[in-house]
Amino acid sequence: MTDHSSDIDSVSGKSTTGHEWDGIKELNTPLPRWWVITFYLTIVWSIGYWIVYPAWPLIQSNTTGLFGYSSRADVAVELANLEKIRGDKMAALGTASLADIQKDPALLALARAKGKTVFGDNCAPCHGTGATGSKGYPNLNDDEWLWGGSLDQIMQTIQFGVRSGHAKTHEGQMLAFGKDGVLKGDEIVTAANYVRSLSGLSTRNGYDAAKGQKIFAENCAACHGDAGKGNQEMGAPDLTDKIWLYGSDEASLIETIGQGRAGVMPAWEGRLDPATIKAMAVYVHSLGGGK
Amino acid sequence: MNKTVNPNELKPADDVGPLYAARKKVYPQSVSGTFRRIKWGLMAFCLGVYYFLPFVRWNRGLGAPSQAVLIDLPNSRFYFFFIELWPQEVYYFTGLLIVAAVALFLMNSIGGRIWCGYLCPQTVWTDLFYAVERLIEGDRRERMKKDKSSDPMKLERISEIVLKHSIWLMIAWWTGGAWVLYFNDAPTLVKELVTFQGPMLAYIWIGILTATTYLLAGFMREQVCTYMCPWPRIQAALTDEWALNVTYRYDRGEKRTSVKKAAELRALGQQVGDCVDCYQCVAVCPTGIDIRNGPQMECIQCGLCIDACDNVMTKIGRPKRLIGYDNDINIHRRQAGKAPIYRIVRPRTVVYSAIIAAVGGFMIYTLATRSLLDVNVLHDRNPVAVKLSDGSIRNAYTVRLLNKSGYDRVIAIDVEGPVNPTMHVVGIDSVTPDRPIIVIPRDATSELRLLVTAPAENNPEKSIPVRFHVMDIGLGVAASATDNFVAP
Repeated sequence: MTDHSSDIDSVSGKSTTGHEWDGIKELNTPLPRWWVITFYLTIVWSIGYWIVYPAWPLIQSNTTGLFGYSSRADVAVELANLEKIRGDKMAALGTASLADIQKDPALLALARAKGKTVFGDNCAPCHGTGATGSKGYPNLNDDEWLWGGSLDQIMQTIQFGVRSGHAKTHEGQMLAFGKDGVLKGDEIVTAANYVRSLSGLSTRNGYDAAKGQKIFAENCAACHGDAGKGNQEMGAPDLTDKIWLYGSDEASLIETIGQGRAGVMPAWEGRLDPATIKAMAVYVHSLGGGK
Repeated sequence: MNKTVNPNELKPADDVGPLYAARKKVYPQSVSGTFRRIKWGLMAFCLGVYYFLPFVRWNRGLGAPSQAVLIDLPNSRFYFFFIELWPQEVYYFTGLLIVAAVALFLMNSIGGRIWCGYLCPQTVWTDLFYAVERLIEGDRRERMKKDKSSDPMKLERISEIVLKHSIWLMIAWWTGGAWVLYFNDAPTLVKELVTFQGPMLAYIWIGILTATTYLLAGFMREQVCTYMCPWPRIQAALTDEWALNVTYRYDRGEKRTSVKKAAELRALGQQVGDCVDCYQCVAVCPTGIDIRNGPQMECIQCGLCIDACDNVMTKIGRPKRLIGYDNDINIHRRQAGKAPIYRIVRPRTVVYSAIIAAVGGFMIYTLATRSLLDVNVLHDRNPVAVKLSDGSIRNAYTVRLLNKSGYDRVIAIDVEGPVNPTMHVVGIDSVTPDRPIIVIPRDATSELRLLVTAPAENNPEKSIPVRFHVMDIGLGVAASATDNFVAP
């Protein structure tokens, strides 16, 4: 540093930096000593961070720091703590039978809360956050169940899925009567109108009810039953009620009969632990449609 | 300073100078008299209430806390003797704060800063700390001498200082200790604290309040009132000419002169003041001001200068209350030879009293008539409605039942609104399917999922108001809540 003390500005009495422009000199006003010292101290302090915390990137990894701190490890510890806090209650959920959970208000509340979260994470993409479903994805709030609406049946469906490829999965599908050449075009239209008539919906002009009944008895009744009441063993829906998974208009029905339907629900056993699946079953059952 | 000044005539000394005024340490002298006795009494009362109230018991029955005043944060309950408040009733505190604020205004318009001088915790604890200081280090003159002394400290002086701060810290520690007792069962917590098994949070709060008490009462003292507290500024705007304030009666006091000279002048029949310029009023002042300069923001109106002056007046055989609770109106009246008038009942005090009575009365009324059974209903948002296989419509509601009483209740739920509704509570198989019966434990809430189903053909409207009636079937107490029944 140069010594500025020699050049004193006559007006202010302060030393100047010696720089001069058109007779105007710059006063020497250094940063306050305390500020400079603090600044250097922060630099020294930062060295501590290099030593204590992970700091420098290496070719394969990075320096780990004195205490081996890692935010990932922190998360793991937090999660483990969470498991510990939940431990007893979740264990109770795991051991209690579905009927017992239903009877115990505390367990029911826990299962519903847990089930709701898990539902949001796993089921909502298809069934919707409110479990209202959409075309091809059943509404879980209503009382129509393809594979049964009792707690045990819901649990089984969640565990093994529908046409999921799991050994114990629900099988059975709506055949493609048109694509496979079983029914001709006009027969499909007649069948579609007959199905509509089962639940009291209007039929098109010139529709032959007797022919429709005959087609239905020969092709559909095996699964859907003679009266069209469906069969939960095979996942065949009740065709006489007001709930339609793929739509009740004639076009949708023609498509369903002609192309067949085979929606898939994955099996959750193995992906989620038994207690979680149980909670989910209780939650879905409690939505209101449970039998 | 009404005179206009030519800026060029200003000397540097006129406008240069720090805005910061260094504190002049105050050494209040001990004093005895009426107001000192009132202050001792109020101090004992306030501190007594604060320190011992947590130990007062109140029987609320089995399972309920037996502490008279308790803020139970984990269970979010507030207990005050026979009152138990839930978090949603926190508006009672709003009412309490309104009453407190207006009571402060009322005090102010009747007797000036009564709160500041006698009741404010800052005043009470500072007064206590001064008393300790006086007891150990001696009165005003001794303390001033000891502080000024540049001699190296002797053991005696060091032990004085150590003793003073130890006692201060003990008082401060007890202050913090009493604070946490309001949030826990006091006897249990005391046991835990002394065996070092108390919750960490309790120790932290004791530490914080020990520090603030020690700092505010031991060191900051009158600076809190002068610089930190907003009340002196507010009260200056609230006062009026009839409010009684601690006042130097200059009509009687001026001109000031010595006792001897005053006697001489009186003998000659001249007008002399009673003030003998003894500075006793200044010596005893805990904020270090001279009351004879008129009403000042720093003055907390503790009345100690009244006592000091009264003592002097008694000694020199002049009438008391040269300094007293008075106002300018009366000073001027006396100067004009008229009798003083005191007007406590005036529009301002009447309005304040009316507000206190109205808010207080409303609070007492609502508290006395509040329902100990309540119901809140929240309609499901997703889905708002579900169509069932037979075409009927179902709506789901989250119903929260609140039982604020000290006993379990058996509740029946009825729904009113849609035609032919059926009701089902998830997880409960009621013996009366259309009228679910539920037990809510004492002092608790129960959250239920309630499904209401109604046939679509009888309920053609898109949205039907629906009312849920809950009734304690034992006592006949009822509550209800309204929502809507919606079609998809």
